[in-house]
Amino acid sequence: MGDSSKQIREAARKLFEENKVDLIIGFEDGSLPLRATPCFIRRGEDAERLVWNSFCENNLATYLPKKKGKTGIVAKGCDSRSIVGFLKEKQIERENLVIIGVPCEGMIDRKAVEERLGEREILSVEEGPEEIVVKGTDYEEKMKKEDLLPESCRICTHRNPVLYDVLIGEALEEQKVADPFELIREFEGRTAEERWAYFCGETEKCIRCYACRNACPICYCEACYVDSSEPQWFGKSIESTDTMIFHIVRAFHTTGRCVDCGACIRACPMDVDLRFLNKKIEKDVLELFSFEAGEDPDEPPPLTTYKQDDPEEFIK
Amino acid sequence: MEMHEALQASWEPKIVAFLCNWCSYAGADLAGVGRIQYPPNTRTIRVPCSGRVNPLFILRALQNGADGVLVSGCHPGDCHYLSGNYAARRRFAVFSRLLEYVGIEKGRLHFSWVSAAEAGRFAEVITEVTEEVRKLGPAKRLVKKKVE
Repeated sequence: MGDSSKQIREAARKLFEENKVDLIIGFEDGSLPLRATPCFIRRGEDAERLVWNSFCENNLATYLPKKKGKTGIVAKGCDSRSIVGFLKEKQIERENLVIIGVPCEGMIDRKAVEERLGEREILSVEEGPEEIVVKGTDYEEKMKKEDLLPESCRICTHRNPVLYDVLIGEALEEQKVADPFELIREFEGRTAEERWAYFCGETEKCIRCYACRNACPICYCEACYVDSSEPQWFGKSIESTDTMIFHIVRAFHTTGRCVDCGACIRACPMDVDLRFLNKKIEKDVLELFSFEAGEDPDEPPPLTTYKQDDPEEFIK
Repeated sequence: MEMHEALQASWEPKIVAFLCNWCSYAGADLAGVGRIQYPPNTRTIRVPCSGRVNPLFILRALQNGADGVLVSGCHPGDCHYLSGNYAARRRFAVFSRLLEYVGIEKGRLHFSWVSAAEAGRFAEVITEVTEEVRKLGPAKRLVKKKVE
């Protein structure tokens, strides 16, 4: 991990020297343990701030649309797939972009660490190749990194960036996942009553802060349906059906676009299971249109195109 | 209790039907001209194309008390705008699965292709949809409660 930080800094410095970028978006150490925070580097000498570790969880692609000038970006697998999405949707231009690709072994889920520690405060964290050591005033605890991965990293099959100009380190071997939609299939097998009860329970937690939308790289629309007052599509309160409609449509808007980076889940302060909707759509899009988001920038998004023999067994 | 049963017995499903101007709407018109009988449970909203139907229209209809929703457009290949119904087909393939997945009963949401010449078919579709929704009873999920 230390090596990667060094290589990212070198690559960044070189890009500034060669005048290839005006800005580099990467990560720097956060002010708290277990945190890395997005940073925006505009001069070669500031490249020292850049780091790479298992806490670089944010999807940096979120910052790309609307950026002027030449931009460099540090991108792991999911970030690069979001970039592919932007290219597909013509939100950014490839020639204005320099992608510093970093193979990623999964980001540590902060909530999982905190859960294990209970009330104990974390003062510092050291990261090794396989494990992290969490230290507080009167304790020191070793935890295996692979036990701390969020579900989206655990079943990730795109650890290497799909698109890059510079690759940091060596490409990793991709994980073999028997069934990425295991949880979804299990949920589909439940009765309508059970599914409805779960959906009600999850949406009930929601406080409609829209953090999921703000963190999501593909929610870049200038005017979002949730903010629209003319027409006002649904109520602004936390009345249960309004919240449900918000969640159904938020998920629907990710159709063929969600790369399962987990940004929405991490942003949610109420632990709403947002992924169970996104992942379902991902599964259906794959089944219905054999389409996977974030693969080929030249392939059109699935809802903007069609085939004459698309499935229509649901139509009378 | 008697009152409740009486209400139940007199309950008729309310179905919002989004009909494409160029086919299903004209099909409905032809059914009327031809005096073909079909249940009076649908409330028609004329749209320029099935591709015009935003999933939010459907959710709003359900939220505001519709017991069922029907979206009907031109047969594949017959779209007035060439590909509107193809786009709608993809969109609703995903959307209808999503609604079912979160627990909305399968029979609340219907889609059909009915051309301007198919008056008999239009009546059949409406009859079929009405019966399916009737079997499910009044919609409860996703219906916004009115503030007294």
